[in-house]
Amino acid sequence: MPLIEIKGLRANVGDKEILKGLDLTVNAGEIHAVMGPNGSGKSTLAQVLAGNPAYEVTGGSVTYDGQNLLEMEPEVRAQSGIFLAFQYPVEIPGVSNAYFLRAAYNEKLKAQGKEEVDPLEFADLMDAKLAMVEMDSAMLTRSVNTGFSGGEKKRNEILQMAVLEPRLAILDETDSGLDIDALRIVADGVNKLKRPDNATIVVTHYQRLLNYIVPDFVHVLANGRILKSGGKELALELEDKGYDWVTSPATAGAA
Amino acid sequence: MSTSVVADGPVESYVAAFDQLTSDASTPSWVQSMRRAAFERFASLGFPTTKNEDWHFTSVAPIADQEFVLLASKSGDVRREELEPFTFGARWDTMVFVNGRFAPELADCAKLPAGVKVWDLASAWTKAPSVVDMIGKIASYDNASFTALNTAFMHDGAVIQIAKDTQLDRPIHVLYVTDATAAKGMMHPRNLIVIGRNSKATVIESYVSTTNAMYLTNTVTEVSVAEGATLNHFTMQREAERSFHVGTVEVAQARDSHYVSFSLATGAALSRSNIYTTLDGEGSGATLNGLYMIEGEQHSDHQTQVIHSQPNTFSRELYKGVLDGRSHGVFNGKVYVHPIAQKTDGKQTNKTLLLSDTAQVDTKPQLEIFADDVKCTHGATIGQIDATALFYLKSRGIENGLARRLLTYAFAADVLETIEVDEIRQSLERMSLERFV
Ligand SMILES: Nc1ncnc2c1ncn2[C@@H]1O[C@H](COP(=O)(O)OP(=O)(O)OP(=O)(O)O)[C@@H](O)[C@H]1O
Ligand SMILES: [Mg+2]
Repeated sequence: MPLIEIKGLRANVGDKEILKGLDLTVNAGEIHAVMGPNGSGKSTLAQVLAGNPAYEVTGGSVTYDGQNLLEMEPEVRAQSGIFLAFQYPVEIPGVSNAYFLRAAYNEKLKAQGKEEVDPLEFADLMDAKLAMVEMDSAMLTRSVNTGFSGGEKKRNEILQMAVLEPRLAILDETDSGLDIDALRIVADGVNKLKRPDNATIVVTHYQRLLNYIVPDFVHVLANGRILKSGGKELALELEDKGYDWVTSPATAGAA
Repeated sequence: MSTSVVADGPVESYVAAFDQLTSDASTPSWVQSMRRAAFERFASLGFPTTKNEDWHFTSVAPIADQEFVLLASKSGDVRREELEPFTFGARWDTMVFVNGRFAPELADCAKLPAGVKVWDLASAWTKAPSVVDMIGKIASYDNASFTALNTAFMHDGAVIQIAKDTQLDRPIHVLYVTDATAAKGMMHPRNLIVIGRNSKATVIESYVSTTNAMYLTNTVTEVSVAEGATLNHFTMQREAERSFHVGTVEVAQARDSHYVSFSLATGAALSRSNIYTTLDGEGSGATLNGLYMIEGEQHSDHQTQVIHSQPNTFSRELYKGVLDGRSHGVFNGKVYVHPIAQKTDGKQTNKTLLLSDTAQVDTKPQLEIFADDVKCTHGATIGQIDATALFYLKSRGIENGLARRLLTYAFAADVLETIEVDEIRQSLERMSLERFV
């Protein structure tokens, strides 16, 4: 059984249709890269999978771990192992990063019927996670993402991922805005979290990231659908030839 | 004191109580005459209506329609353990009043730091005449029905005097508690806080209850902050849910003094808090912050008034309201700048978070500026829980209720961060996180 199976997915923002019948299947243990032009719907796909109510699903189906994902509340999706690293992480002034992370972690424990952890236990647990993303513990006392640099926000997303250990992680342009060292740290983090029973969807514009996080499959999302899929070499080909090669009807027809 | 004041309408029911009180001969005659004059003023003013600009958004008909019994003598039975939820987990010097009367058996103010003196008002008339002499000199009742009513009925309260050059390292807590015997009763606590030159103190006034009885608290606190002194003043209104609370604080500030107020309102069916200060000395300033968190059918009204009557004075105001259910929150911030008060620097902000579609908010800044070289700003915002932030929290597995509570807490965070007393800040942080479940 695939970990997630997306069939004919259609979604609107306002009354504009963004996803127009998208198919994608991801099995446990796999890494999929989704690439595509600006505005093609990559973030829309990511947000729809996480359950953002600002996006309206108008058709198709998504089966996650055998369940109808589209009927699940966003928090239940998260508790069931879906994690979205936001392209634009949200600032929440007034809520400390530590409190936020512990609340999220405890919600997951609670959903699994396990005992919640107190701040001290959680602090112990955080040491290793912080080390993984080479983040200073001072970041924990600050408000969630508030005043964080672009790179710090992205790293904070990966820290959350490290804490929640998702089964399906969707990284929406986590590489953009990262310097080369941060990119390596983030990629290392993702690789360390990889297990045979989980999977990752990496949305990116750059082949660069895929040198670190090596995908099993590469997909091109354009005009609201997956127009082409291939192995990791497809990313190199895209870098070389651009998206027109996939999206222009002549070549698409020839492919 | 022989003839009764002639009164009709809602005011009439207060006459008998007033006559009963004035027959008490233990108070000095000047107090007796002040009470009488105040009662006459109350009788002619009556209760304010919504036609009165200062009460435009708040109808006190629910108070005027009641016939309250004056809680003149000692009543109630409150045990020390029952006070625990209201002590912020701290052991401060505490004066306790039960149903409006001083309860020395519950108080904890025997060993006060040097430079601090406290009395209950009933004994202060005779024990500290030179201090209580100030009563009635700061809070005017000419155009204030509730202050007139309080003055007419004042007979107990806290009198606190801090000598000059005294820096207190722990707060003084004045704790007013009601219990079930307060039902249908009224109390009119009268407090006086006098801070000497170059001194610094923190005084907390709490109005709390161990019951859900219906009663009226109508309290007045007069504050004098001398040259170079600072008072950190908390007014914590956590009255019983069916009660009525009208609280007035009036402050007189001398040169280079700083009055810092934090007003909390979470209790009572209907509450009104007035915080008025006059910056009557160059270089003086007031910081007036507040938080009201109400739900159900609660109504909470805050009116602040800062009178800049001297040059180079400043005021900073930040009031935040969290409104749920069908509650109604009101904020009216008055700033008055006298012609000579050049270089006045005033800033006022009121922000409201609406947790429901049925809550109602009225906010009214009121700036009257008669000097030309001043900097005065005001701003008000009304918003709801941010959908993006809410989704972000949920996308991490945080369930809807907790996510909303976290964002409510976050909304209140910046005003709570201004609180210097750790125990109070932490307690209010918890309260803002847990109140709306
Ligand atoms: N809230 C919104 N309101 C209106 N239009 C929106 C909204 N969110 C997304 N869109 C539109 O939907 C389309 C798809 O956006 P989406 O963010 O999914 O693209 P993307 O592939 O992630 O692009 P990028 O590579 O720039 O991140 C764009 O045309 C965008 O303008
Ligand atoms: Mg995007």
